[in-house]
Amino acid sequence: MESLIQNILNALQWGSFYSLIALGYCLVYGVLSLINFAHGDIFMAGAYFAFFGATFLLGKTGVIPPGMPGWAVLALTIPISMILTSALGVTLERVAYRPLRRKGAHKLYVVITALMCGLVLENGNLALFGASRKNFPTLVPQIVYSLGGVSVTNLKVAVILVAVLSFLFLHYVVGKTKIGMAMQAISYDRFAVPLMGIPTDTVIVFTFVLGSSFAALAGVLFAMSYPVLDPFMGALIGWKAFIAAVVGGIGSIRGAFAGGFLLGFVEIMVVAFFPSTFRDLIAFSILLLILSLKPTGLFGVARRTKI
Amino acid sequence: MRRCIVPLVTVSLLGLILAASVTDAINFYWQSVLMFMGINIILSTSLNLVNGNMGEFSCGHAGFMAVGAYVSSVLAVALFAPGGFLGGPYLPGYLTVFAFPLLLLAGGLAAAVTGLLVALPSFKTRGDYLAIITIAASYIIKSTIENVGAVGGARGFMGMAKITSAMTEVWNIPWMMLWVFAAVVFTLVVIRRYVSSTFGKGVDAVRQDEIAAEIMSVDTDRVKLVTFMLSSGLAGIAGGLFAFVLGYINPGSFTIIKSTEAMVMVYLGGMGSISGAALSAVAFTLLMEVLRPMQVGKWVIIPMMLILLMQFRPEGFFGHRELTDIFPGLRRLLGREESGK
Repeated sequence: MESLIQNILNALQWGSFYSLIALGYCLVYGVLSLINFAHGDIFMAGAYFAFFGATFLLGKTGVIPPGMPGWAVLALTIPISMILTSALGVTLERVAYRPLRRKGAHKLYVVITALMCGLVLENGNLALFGASRKNFPTLVPQIVYSLGGVSVTNLKVAVILVAVLSFLFLHYVVGKTKIGMAMQAISYDRFAVPLMGIPTDTVIVFTFVLGSSFAALAGVLFAMSYPVLDPFMGALIGWKAFIAAVVGGIGSIRGAFAGGFLLGFVEIMVVAFFPSTFRDLIAFSILLLILSLKPTGLFGVARRTKI
Repeated sequence: MRRCIVPLVTVSLLGLILAASVTDAINFYWQSVLMFMGINIILSTSLNLVNGNMGEFSCGHAGFMAVGAYVSSVLAVALFAPGGFLGGPYLPGYLTVFAFPLLLLAGGLAAAVTGLLVALPSFKTRGDYLAIITIAASYIIKSTIENVGAVGGARGFMGMAKITSAMTEVWNIPWMMLWVFAAVVFTLVVIRRYVSSTFGKGVDAVRQDEIAAEIMSVDTDRVKLVTFMLSSGLAGIAGGLFAFVLGYINPGSFTIIKSTEAMVMVYLGGMGSISGAALSAVAFTLLMEVLRPMQVGKWVIIPMMLILLMQFRPEGFFGHRELTDIFPGLRRLLGREESGK
């Protein structure tokens, strides 16, 4: 019983990472119907930005004197990483995707560009900073709470809380604010929206800012929970989050979160009952099964194609 | 006379390569580059069938390659290798010379059946979903192989060198070069005949507009299924060759990076063009060898090239055109005016 609760907590933590990343896929897909394959690597970049920000603020580079308390460093690292990662996401949009969109290129070409941008980020990072793994500094001491045999760290609670708050925040932004409604409108009809006086490009940039900054948030939290960074950390987790987003029904915020948590649960439960090498096998088989039963995903809406 | 040009050129090319390999005119390094070139040509032209001609987006080509590689090498080692893991050789070693194409075909068949399993759930889903299904399938395949201890699991599988040496005992020629060459010719002929057949025209129709194609009485499900199976089967053959050329395989050789390599080759050469895909496979292999001293850097440069290509010439170098469309003189030489271009 206690191990079950322990596993559920672990699953919630992993589900939070997957959800926060899946969100970026889902927002961009909803607006542009483009699979932004570079998103996993944007998550990686977020973790790296956080690493550089934290080491800089801790005074390890020698520019500013050391001695800043850990919580203050964390409080500054999160916005720094979010801003820099959003800048990266928007740069990709401006440099790679927008020119193609202007030319009216086929969607496939944009997808390939996204895939290649991801490879450039991964290997560019590897070429610049080398293959040695980076150790993320401990910013906040871990406190372990024990409640009747179940142990919870403050970090785990923070991760889950952040994911839930992000969900509520995004649900509000996309559903209630003007720019969120513009995002929905673009996903509904891309050609009529500019005619209504909605600045499409601004909305698209905003989408990339949202998606990338939440990927950065996931990156910071991930780096704090598993403090070893390597350039390919975003690849596998990114693909998995993408599959989670699709299973949830790509294009819907609720779907991204549901898919992310579902994947987290399946993976942790598989590891709890089977040898851990079966994790990918069983997790992906279950997801494929769901997709073949419900092709649009859990919360997706089928769109009819007209000739 | 003109009809004989293509077979004549093919046979003399094969003779030239074999003679050069036997007399050591090209050293072992360039021989292996040539063989990988051939394998890459098969990979690229077969992926081109789905991603180029049919306009779908499959990113799990390495998975099918893995199926082919494992099935053909496990079969070969079990049947022919002395002291094989299923209790010794069941067939004498000299038979490998005749059985090798069958082993490759068995691998291809297994990969085609896997392709069938992957293609089935993709009927009901929209275009982008095939990408997910193929990615997930390639992870499932890789993970399955890792969990089967009998074929070595994550440690990999070896013993293929015994088969190749059994072949050289019969007659000392570079057999693998011969088989790679034969498989490349087989692949190119099959794909060319498939694409230009009446049924194959349906593939183009599916790319241009699936619903309209269906209304025009193209059996889209069948077209998708057959094309996908053909493509993955050929990838399986490429995988089998890959296993025997290297002599050692492990699940780590068939990751998403391998699939990405195949995609780069397809999009570099141009979608829907057989000669484009084949030539870009040649160029890509050479490029990888030239950039080898750069190590990681090559994986920055190659994606950069592709990004620039997408910006300025998104249809690839050839882009739905064959070599014969670009050089009409070539077509006259080959006597293909009647092909109805």
